[in-house]
Amino acid sequence: MSIESEAAVQQSFEPDESGHFGPYGGTYVSETLIHAHEELKEAYYRWRSDEEFMARLDADLANYVGRPSPIYFARRLTEVAGGARIMLKREDLNHTGAHKINNTVGQALLADYMGKSRIIAETGAGQHGVASATVAARMGKSCVVYMGEVDIRRQAINVFRMKLLGAEVRPVTSGSKTLKDALNEAIRDWVTNVDDTFYIIGTVAGAHPYPVMVRDFNAIVGREARRQMIGQYETLPDVLVACVGGGSNALGLFHPFLGDKDVRMVGVEAAGHGLHTSQHAASLCAGRPGVLHGCRTYLMDDDAGQIVHTHSVSAGLDYPGVGPEHAWLKDTGRAEYVGVTDDEAMAAFHQLTRLEGILPALESSHAVAYGMKLAAEMRPDQVILINLSGRGDKDVQTVAELEGITL
Amino acid sequence: MNRIDSRFAALRASNRAALIPFITAGDPDPSWTAAIMHALVGSGADLLELGVPFSDPAADGPVIQAASERAIARGVSLARVLEIVAAFREEDDQTPVVLMGYLNPIERFGHAEFAQRAGRAGVDGILMVDCPPEEMAHLRGELDAHGIHPICLVAPTTTVDRMESIARQAGGYIYYVSFKGITGANRLEQSSLAGPVAELRRHTSLPLAVGFGIKGPDSAAAVSGLADGVVIGSALIECLAQATSEPEACERVAEFLAPIRAAMDNSRI
Repeated sequence: MSIESEAAVQQSFEPDESGHFGPYGGTYVSETLIHAHEELKEAYYRWRSDEEFMARLDADLANYVGRPSPIYFARRLTEVAGGARIMLKREDLNHTGAHKINNTVGQALLADYMGKSRIIAETGAGQHGVASATVAARMGKSCVVYMGEVDIRRQAINVFRMKLLGAEVRPVTSGSKTLKDALNEAIRDWVTNVDDTFYIIGTVAGAHPYPVMVRDFNAIVGREARRQMIGQYETLPDVLVACVGGGSNALGLFHPFLGDKDVRMVGVEAAGHGLHTSQHAASLCAGRPGVLHGCRTYLMDDDAGQIVHTHSVSAGLDYPGVGPEHAWLKDTGRAEYVGVTDDEAMAAFHQLTRLEGILPALESSHAVAYGMKLAAEMRPDQVILINLSGRGDKDVQTVAELEGITL
Repeated sequence: MNRIDSRFAALRASNRAALIPFITAGDPDPSWTAAIMHALVGSGADLLELGVPFSDPAADGPVIQAASERAIARGVSLARVLEIVAAFREEDDQTPVVLMGYLNPIERFGHAEFAQRAGRAGVDGILMVDCPPEEMAHLRGELDAHGIHPICLVAPTTTVDRMESIARQAGGYIYYVSFKGITGANRLEQSSLAGPVAELRRHTSLPLAVGFGIKGPDSAAAVSGLADGVVIGSALIECLAQATSEPEACERVAEFLAPIRAAMDNSRI
């Protein structure tokens, strides 16, 4: 176990030149957008090995995002779970309250280097929208965020935050009026304004190079965690646990550990009302391979190949696809994927809040729920590291409504 | 010989440009579609593009999105679209039919199964908007085995190098997307078409069809002066959406298409 082995590890998990992870990934976009993806790929691969660019990114992550985020030993949560020690990677402490900012800071810097004056983004829970509006404000760029009408109702506070930051939030009324439709609408905008517009995708999905780029910008989470575990605890965690919607926080944590063969990785999907119902958003657990939003990956569709409506209590996991690298990690067996229901996530939300004084995002609560379950089956000398990907302030309204409380 | 090839050869011989209407299969009513296809042919269509409804049509504007949603609500699947083509073929074995849509419904079918059934139904080409030639190798193999052409797109953003590579892989005709945008937008600038169309002709002898933003006789006539085919979609679908019966739908498309046909033919005299 050494810090130096990270570089070698990352090399061996790179996709092929056109972004294929095994049979997954690729560039399934309309001809008009091919050039934009080529241009982005070229720029990204050029700047990510540029010292000045990387120095600016590192400085932004330190001074603007507030990195490194700590690893916290959740003593009382561990006691209640009864088993392995539970550690939390505190992405909830980042500026804007989630891991999403790691990616938007990187992409906004890239947009600047590419001379793009306008930023667009899609958002589900609103975290990525806020993170995009934030970096756009800071860089003096105009910003349009596409958000499903249903999500706008669920996440009123984040909508207002984006507006305060100067972004225009455009409601999406097509299809299921949620995240997948917001993506469609952002793609339609990009195809129309491709010359001056940079599309900041919020997760490790989409066409190449997005899955690689978003993963790399989030891999700071795993790199830090690995160093912190070695530096502070002189051990690697036995298991990594993270929630998976599109999968950016999970891949950010997992990727730098991929070469550590003894480290188990578990991605937790939203099982909604249960995997046996049709009311969930667990494409890896209960979906099948297909093509959506630019890549081949696991997704949820009906027998005619129409993408189906998904359900999760957490808007950020309510998406019918998943990043193609996760699809590959699943098929190769390197990572496991499980489901946690709305009710289990809600219980974990309350437990972490009351036991540790940390109010987790409903997305992250899925990871906490599974982490506790797993801890109970493990020995006290073992370590589970959970990515606490975001804080729950944005979800207070939702939790109150679910529990019949009027604020 | 594939119907697309023979149709374009005949058109070329008579110095006419192809009129290519696009409708979403099953909209406004699945039981009307075959009759509407016949009405289109009867009023001057040379080739038919039939949209396969998809839940997430990211390249389409509001008109075709709405048509897709209506068709899906009426249970129109890719299997049903193939049945519609087969029904159309019972009375018309000449007019080429191209399916246009997105890849996932074909993925669900399976490439081999789809190609076989599409060939049997009488499909002549497929154009998958979200499947560029680079990702098409496997599907193309299956389509070839059943004599179905992969129709490729070229856009204003396509580089010259890429045009050359697309031209090598395309079959039937090449579809030139007239502007950067989504279907049905009002962005057509005829003056900007001549350059790319001429460039494209340097790389291919395949016929060139132009689509996106062509709405009526004037724009169709102007484009048919440059291209071998003119695609009209959103404007036609809007006119169809208001029909309340099959005869009315057929009447409406005939009224819509006939003046376009006349304008295109006059422009070539």
